[in-house]
Amino acid sequence: MNWRAIRAIYLFEMARTWRTLMQSIVSPVLSTSLYFIVFGAAIGSRIDQVEGVNYGSFIVPGLIMLSVLTQSVANASFGIYFPKFTGTIYEILSAPVSFLEIAVGYVGAAASKSILLGLIILATAGLFVPLHIAHPVWMFGFLVLTSVAFSLLGFIIGIWADGFEKLQVVPLLIITPLTFLGGSFYSISMLPPVWQTIALFNPVVYLVSGFRWSFYEIADVNVGVSLAATFGFLLACLAIVWWIFKTGYRLKA
Amino acid sequence: MAPIISVQNLSKTYGTGRKALNGVSLDIMGGEIFALLGPNGAGKTTLIGTICGLVNPTGGTVTVDGHDIITDYRAARELIGLVPQELHTDAFESVWDTVSFSRGLFGKPKNPAHIEKVLRDLSLWDRKDSKIITLSGGMKRRVMIAKALSHEPQILFLDEPTAGVDVELRKGMWEVVRALKATGVTIILTTHYIEEAEEMADRVGVINHGELILVDEKSALMQKLGKKQLKLHLDAPIDTVPPQLAAYDLALSDDHTKLIYTYDTRAEHTGITALLGDVRAAGIRFHDLDTSQSSLEEIFVSLVRA
Ligand SMILES: Nc1ncnc2c1ncn2[C@@H]1O[C@H](COP(=O)(O)OP(=O)(O)OP(=O)(O)O)[C@@H](O)[C@H]1O
Ligand SMILES: [Mg+2]
Repeated sequence: MNWRAIRAIYLFEMARTWRTLMQSIVSPVLSTSLYFIVFGAAIGSRIDQVEGVNYGSFIVPGLIMLSVLTQSVANASFGIYFPKFTGTIYEILSAPVSFLEIAVGYVGAAASKSILLGLIILATAGLFVPLHIAHPVWMFGFLVLTSVAFSLLGFIIGIWADGFEKLQVVPLLIITPLTFLGGSFYSISMLPPVWQTIALFNPVVYLVSGFRWSFYEIADVNVGVSLAATFGFLLACLAIVWWIFKTGYRLKA
Repeated sequence: MAPIISVQNLSKTYGTGRKALNGVSLDIMGGEIFALLGPNGAGKTTLIGTICGLVNPTGGTVTVDGHDIITDYRAARELIGLVPQELHTDAFESVWDTVSFSRGLFGKPKNPAHIEKVLRDLSLWDRKDSKIITLSGGMKRRVMIAKALSHEPQILFLDEPTAGVDVELRKGMWEVVRALKATGVTIILTTHYIEEAEEMADRVGVINHGELILVDEKSALMQKLGKKQLKLHLDAPIDTVPPQLAAYDLALSDDHTKLIYTYDTRAEHTGITALLGDVRAAGIRFHDLDTSQSSLEEIFVSLVRA
């Protein structure tokens, strides 16, 4: 392993994060606060409780997932798209690094940022509603796994995209709907039966469900299944990244 | 001595169907400066890109110091520094950071003294903390050279390094190249300034339409360059060169109206006086004469046109 290369890419990407620190932190804190004011206070005062948890607290895991998913995809896709766009990717392609090292560097940095973001949102949420985390280690585990898996997905999108529109379309058209329909703000059991079945094809359901279980021990699907689904998704993304670097897809002429 | 880069029958056809390299075979010797010349679109950048891992070849093999560039890419690429033709730089990073990043990317431990030396040699030291976006085009090109040198490569590819660099800095750049050569670094460069190739290169390769049409020692090319031609415009066409003049190895122009004598300007005796005397003795009259010298550029142009 070329550890120095991984370190160089990781630090380079993190430097970009620090340069834009204000955007990176202020905007999620602001939007989370807005969600709490709208969903938690306005709607929550009518919904009251979901499966024994007060509504404001119930949506915290979903809210964190919503931001972590969109930010992972956005950051990782931009991180690799930008050098492709400016042409500086030539250096990465001519360096003695493997696909794994490149992916670890870029995805590691994007995932780190997402994890940080998740924790910041969690802290912000703590200001609005009482929080109870039943399994902190599992909570962190799910946060890490999700950040890594969706940063990998973002990385793939960044390589695939050949214009800024595509870079924005995928998060907007796929990730956001999947998250909203993935039980961020409600329990799947609240849906009509047909939609419950359809929802099981949405990978985000497994993430949110597992993540929520680590807080309140309530889940739409079994935690083991959640974990397996998350891992499966991660492996699928890894396989695609491996194939991309093997064939040079969208990277080499 | 084994070549440091060995290109065997290399071909590249782009996705668009454009055949950019057509069975190129070439050996580059360790420690030499090799100039690759050719008109726009000849395939120079494609050849360099393939060796460096930016372009997937469609056929043939390349080894760098015995390491195959595909199966043993790590060992091969560690030895290579690349300065591409196009200006591709980061924007918001400082010069120092971007050059240090390159060193890390190539797996080398930190060495601020080396980075400092590279930046000083390229007259970039006083801009080391500047953001790249604030530099001029010529400075950016030098930043790219600094990045390529950051990891102490054994082989350096320079794809038109002097495009857009002013005369004085160009001289400075060639000094850096000479100093590198003195430490044993192999240098492969492309340029459209033939004088540069003439001044710098040990060997010259000419590529056209994806085919290497000539590889020669520069001194051998200079030999051709040292040749001059004397043309005698005859009053009346002749059928053959008279036997009395056989010793001069004369050529007759296609329309039989000119006698052409090729001689070496650096020789002690050009033989012109004797020739003119013998021409007269043979009863051949001429009304005009001119001499011309072929430059490397002319040799190059005539090769490319053929
Ligand atoms: N990415 C690409 N896709 C399709 N065709 C390409 C690509 N890159 C280069 N070509 C074509 O391949 C041929 C060789 O191009 P190349 O860039 O190697 O030429 P060059 O000798 O470097 O020219 P120049 O002196 O202009 O830099 C050209 O016909 C060019 O149009
Ligand atoms: Mg070129």
